[in-house]
Amino acid sequence: MTTLQLKNIVKRYKTNTVLDNLSLDVADGETLVLFGPSGAGKTVLLRLVAGVIDPEEGQILIGGEDVSDIDAEHRGIGMAFQNFALFPHMSAFDNIASPLTATNSTKDAISAGVHKVAKLLKIDHVLSHHPKALSNGQKQRTALARALAGSPPLLLLDDPLRNVDAKLRFEMRLELPRLLAAQGATVVYVTQDYKEAMALGDRIAVMSQGRIRQIGTPEDIYNTPADIEIARLFGDPTINLLDVTPKAGPEGIHVELSNVKVTLPDMPADVAGRACVIGLRPEAIAFTDAGAPGAIPVTVEAETPLNEKTVTLVLTARGREILVSRPAGTPGPVSGPAHIAVNGKAAFLFDKESGGLIRTAAAPMTRNGEAA
Amino acid sequence: METTSTLEKTLRLIALTLVVIFFMFPIFWILLMSFQTNETILAIPPSVIFTPTLSNYAALITGKLTTAAGTLDIAFMRNLMNSIFLSVTSVAISLVLGVPAAYAFARHKFKGSEDIAFTLLSFRFAPPLLVLLPLTQYFQWLGLSDTYFGLIWVYQLICLPLILWIVRGYFEDISADVEYAYRIAGHSWFATFRKIALPLAGPGIAAAGLLAFIFAWNNFVFALVLASADKQPVTVGALAFVTSSGIQYGQIASAIVLSVTPTLALALYAQRYLVEGLSLGAVKG
Repeated sequence: MTTLQLKNIVKRYKTNTVLDNLSLDVADGETLVLFGPSGAGKTVLLRLVAGVIDPEEGQILIGGEDVSDIDAEHRGIGMAFQNFALFPHMSAFDNIASPLTATNSTKDAISAGVHKVAKLLKIDHVLSHHPKALSNGQKQRTALARALAGSPPLLLLDDPLRNVDAKLRFEMRLELPRLLAAQGATVVYVTQDYKEAMALGDRIAVMSQGRIRQIGTPEDIYNTPADIEIARLFGDPTINLLDVTPKAGPEGIHVELSNVKVTLPDMPADVAGRACVIGLRPEAIAFTDAGAPGAIPVTVEAETPLNEKTVTLVLTARGREILVSRPAGTPGPVSGPAHIAVNGKAAFLFDKESGGLIRTAAAPMTRNGEAA
Repeated sequence: METTSTLEKTLRLIALTLVVIFFMFPIFWILLMSFQTNETILAIPPSVIFTPTLSNYAALITGKLTTAAGTLDIAFMRNLMNSIFLSVTSVAISLVLGVPAAYAFARHKFKGSEDIAFTLLSFRFAPPLLVLLPLTQYFQWLGLSDTYFGLIWVYQLICLPLILWIVRGYFEDISADVEYAYRIAGHSWFATFRKIALPLAGPGIAAAGLLAFIFAWNNFVFALVLASADKQPVTVGALAFVTSSGIQYGQIASAIVLSVTPTLALALYAQRYLVEGLSLGAVKG
């Protein structure tokens, strides 16, 4: 276990600034997820920490020690690559053994170390195979085993589940937290999948364009997204975002959706008249009867049953598309006209111009769609 | 469909046969000539039916060439040894120098690295005759003319650019992540070069080495100008068969057969490496 600190890191490729004055602290034993779209600089950040490339400016401290003069092989890091990067001319055993052979261990110690981690990852039966003969899942596990084999205090995992199929990804998402906890290592985990980020991270750092946009626990990010972009990235189905101009009224701030008033409790009074974007998670919208208070008329366009929920795409009278989610198995309209009601308490309000969060939902929904 | 397919097959067979005959016939004819005397070779019309003789090979191996004008000493076996020695040593030195250089050019882009690499390649563009005259003078001043050392040095002009540029491509094809992974696992850059880059580029290095060997073996003009009789390779040595009493076609043919054999054997042996080398892309993933 060790800590990792990045201080004012700048990395440029010619005129292109990939990391822009980035600072980050990862606590001892913590799993920090770097989340962001491709090109955000996540992989570059991991390579800087690993020591295979150098930053133009800034400091990297591992366990409190500046590592700028320490070569990659002496940093005590385990790393798994998105494309696995297995050594094609070596067997799975030799691949996994590579961190152990570097430390002059005895043959028995190496063999014991490899078998231990291979057993943990359930690949002990394919150790004699070359990467060519391994399935994608086995390759991924071999790559992970290689990263873990040396029991490094700092683990860098670069989107290790990117190139495996959905079933395997789901299994590994369940298995990984246990594995990482057993290692006790400090982990930096890169992913583009928000579910993976939510499932694995003690904290999540949302990156885009070489900067960290927001850092916090998964719940923080989900419930208090710093801006529209982050709100859009976190959540499946995607959050509904509608342009609105809040108005002040006797019951406080409200917005009008299809001429139906939706009251937003606890909003600051100065948002009245400002161009805003309201964010409504699909879970915050429900179908209702025509006569119910706050019922907004819509037309049902399409319905997608997912495993645990049913997502319906509806069109408002003005033609705006809205996603509505409800737990699977509950009744709802399949087509034609219907009505929806918006839970004003669960609405986010963003500034349209800056994209910044004005006010988080007063009653945020949990990830499962229940009221918190 | 059946008929067109048969027709296609037949046409393809004919086309292939024509190509094979076009390329192989001269070699086949040389092989036949090597077992004939000058008289049967020069007979008109030429015939493929003759009494084979080993006299040409015997003359080459014993070094005694009997012509109408008398007996001549020829140093063909020595030429052959020279060829082997010069080519093998040149390629070995080129590999020792060129492979690490290729790795450096592939992995470390430094200021001017492309220019240096291109300058090295440009040695292959220039006609050898262009550099031959100044080179001869330099070598005389330096005392390098007519030495194996000097010849091997000049042969680097042939082998080094070839190896550098071919092997560089193979190193570039190895995913950098694979090398990073080995370094991060705790190995030095040199261990990474030895245990990861070299084995993965192995087929490519073998292919480049073979090509360089063939080019070195076939070189004529450098050896002709820079070496005297006792250091000349077979390409130059074959000139000895143009004697005052006529051209010894039979001996030339058998000399060609003997001098082609090592490269041919090497190429056949290395064929699988060449194929492997060409399919290096399959290594990824």
